[in-house]
Amino acid sequence: MAHAHYRNLEGRSLGFYAVLGLLGAITFAGLGAALYMEHHGHWVTGMSNQIVWGTPHVFAVFLIVAASGALNVASIASVFGRQLYKPLSRLSGLLALTLLAGGLAVLVLDLGRPDRLIVAMTYYNFKSIFAWNILLYTGFFAIVAVYLWMMMERRMNDYSKPAGMFAFLWRLTLTTGTGSIFGFLVARDAYDTAVMAPMFIVMSFAYGLAIYLVVLIASMRWSGRELGDVVFGRLRNLLGVFVAAVLYFVTVYHLTNLYITQRHGIEGFILLNGGAYTKMFWLGQVLIGGAVPLVILFSRLGQSRALVVLASMLVVLGGLAQMYVTIIGGQAYPMPLMPGKEVVASSFFDGMVASYSPSLPEVVLGVGGIGLALVMATFAMKVLPFLPQSLSDADADPHYKAA
Amino acid sequence: MQKIRLMVFGALAVAAAGWLAAAPVLAAETASAKSAIGPVIKTYKGDKCVEPTEEMRRNHMKKILHQRDETMHKGIRTRKYSLKNCIDCHADPKTNSVLGENGFCESCHEYAAVSIDCFTCHSSSPEKNGQPPKAASTDPAGLMEKTISSAVMGTTNGNQP
Amino acid sequence: MSLSRREFIGIGGGAIAGITLAPGLRLVELARARSPEEAATQMQRWGLLIDIGRCQDCDVCVTACRTENGWYGHNRPATDPQWIRKVTLKDNQTGYVESLPVLCQHCEEPPCVDVCPTGASFKRADGIVLVDKHICIGCRYCMMACPYKARSFVHEDTINQKSYAPRGKGTVESCTLCVHRVDAGKIPACVEACTKDGNQAMVFGDLKDPNSGINKHLAAGPSTPLRPDLNLNTGVRYRGV
Ligand code: SF4
Ligand code: SF4
Repeated sequence: MAHAHYRNLEGRSLGFYAVLGLLGAITFAGLGAALYMEHHGHWVTGMSNQIVWGTPHVFAVFLIVAASGALNVASIASVFGRQLYKPLSRLSGLLALTLLAGGLAVLVLDLGRPDRLIVAMTYYNFKSIFAWNILLYTGFFAIVAVYLWMMMERRMNDYSKPAGMFAFLWRLTLTTGTGSIFGFLVARDAYDTAVMAPMFIVMSFAYGLAIYLVVLIASMRWSGRELGDVVFGRLRNLLGVFVAAVLYFVTVYHLTNLYITQRHGIEGFILLNGGAYTKMFWLGQVLIGGAVPLVILFSRLGQSRALVVLASMLVVLGGLAQMYVTIIGGQAYPMPLMPGKEVVASSFFDGMVASYSPSLPEVVLGVGGIGLALVMATFAMKVLPFLPQSLSDADADPHYKAA
Repeated sequence: MQKIRLMVFGALAVAAAGWLAAAPVLAAETASAKSAIGPVIKTYKGDKCVEPTEEMRRNHMKKILHQRDETMHKGIRTRKYSLKNCIDCHADPKTNSVLGENGFCESCHEYAAVSIDCFTCHSSSPEKNGQPPKAASTDPAGLMEKTISSAVMGTTNGNQP
Repeated sequence: MSLSRREFIGIGGGAIAGITLAPGLRLVELARARSPEEAATQMQRWGLLIDIGRCQDCDVCVTACRTENGWYGHNRPATDPQWIRKVTLKDNQTGYVESLPVLCQHCEEPPCVDVCPTGASFKRADGIVLVDKHICIGCRYCMMACPYKARSFVHEDTINQKSYAPRGKGTVESCTLCVHRVDAGKIPACVEACTKDGNQAMVFGDLKDPNSGINKHLAAGPSTPLRPDLNLNTGVRYRGV
């Protein structure tokens, strides 16, 4: 393939403005929800002193994980030298940036003192994995921006490969860092395990690619550009592999926990008797987010673009369910105060499964983060040439012969 | 007559320009002249602040910030530059607060459009709600913070500067 | 200078208060009150021994803490703060039931401090773990990390705070071991209340002073931290759990 051609979105149609308007409205609703929460204090949410991280964190962590995964397509092209993925790289970098921005916005707006963002940037406790994450996120923005520039500026093209390599390593670190936020919580049985970090990396592959596929298919179609079966088929199969890998890691994670007697409590809680969390695990994470998409992606159903888009969306939903189970389920399960003793009474909910139900503002804030990511991506595709002019089979693969 | 009027006008203009240039600092002077505009700068106890007025106007935040870290992290609880000390002297006995429309802190900060972050956590009233501080010798409990906050203070009410 | 005179009297009064006044309220005589300009040092580590055998079915310690530090709630148990609480434990094997107060354990290796991104959670030189609310961003990571649920997030606006115990919406708070009292040479409010009430279930003192009352008590009988499996070397220890 000689050179891919890129073109901005026209961005003058009613449809474009409708999409932009809708996403913008979702974003503003999220902002409004955040203002509401900050004004009244967090008691108006479902969060409490028991469940300190709630729905906003489910969305925020999901988006941050997905962001690093969205960069994968570009990495396959630059790091692993697959030409086929080259024209897909710019969008990949763009989505990585906007998804991260969306996730961080949610995270920051949920802080008790979002007005002190500057404090988070100027006071560092280098022992804190959280502080390292702040550096990793900021660095990610810078590196991906530079990487995008090198891809888009012809004179800099030669440097895009090392830049891509660096971005790839950085994103692996970033996802490891995100996973470690939980891995470092020694006190909580659900989190304190080394599988957490690699599991987050594999999850990021799946979530990032799922979102990428939806955005790619939608924007190519709505701007009347061709997306051939070669590219489509590759991405679809890749998503299938990633989703299967996530399921594999989830199995390993739970088997490891089952091996450790001390963790039988939390495992029984998630897998058997945790009520909403158990349902969320089996129905949301395993069935909707894993099994159904796998069937679609690896069967004849996968020929249909609509069904593949559906499968991708299911992966996203399953991912949110997985975050919910991990983040909120992990907190809901009580911590012991003393080994071998059970708490029978407490004014502070010790020894009880903490109750939590997501409140409207939390959900709106979380969805607002997705809205922000997509509205930024949509707008960027209009002002800069991110999207290839064509991904037809002939363009994508010169050796392709119509069967 | 014309000349005098011009001179007055000119003086006013110069004053206005200077006033605008250093609004937060100079505004205080204007206010003491009981002008309707500008912050209310009043103290109710003691005859002197811990530092000259000029110094406090420019640098009070630095002193409070420094003291804050000393107290919080090292447990150094000297009183001189503590927020507590500010509040004890500057709270309006009527409202028992440094906040409010005519409050010492709020009126000036409002005027200078600088937000204060102290009072989301700190109380804006002196330690003993509503009660005038007692003299040290009459403190029966001998509890230290009480001792400090009720240490002998001048009780002359005065406007500053 | 009126100020220096004021300050002088403040210091003098405080020193006298620390040494001679308020006798009988104190289970353990503290060596001496630090003067206000003296920083807390590593020469001391403040600790608490709670004897569960003496701990009654009451909550004077909780009430005393709430009054002292002013952490009143809004009748919303899930979001109201609790710096100290009473917990009833039952032995899974024997069914033996006991009641104990749980508060920040002032860990020597505090997980809350390790995770805090800004350094707002910190351990003072004398071992007291505090939240610097000036730089707390309200991320609640420390609450995720604390094994004892010792921390509360301030979920709504606060009023009528004590001047020595500021607290505000959007930041995290927990037991300060009554640091303002300790700095003045006094014992924490909970210990004072428990002692006054006659239960005498709590002993407060300097773990680094071989002659301190708490060390004598610790040497005289068994004690254990909560969650000994985590090896946090807590400053608060329990007898008879
Ligand atoms: S008990 Fe919890 S809050 Fe207190 S020092 Fe230990 S980890 Fe921190
Ligand atoms: S909530 Fe405050 S004290 Fe706790 S980890 Fe976050 S910044 Fe630190």
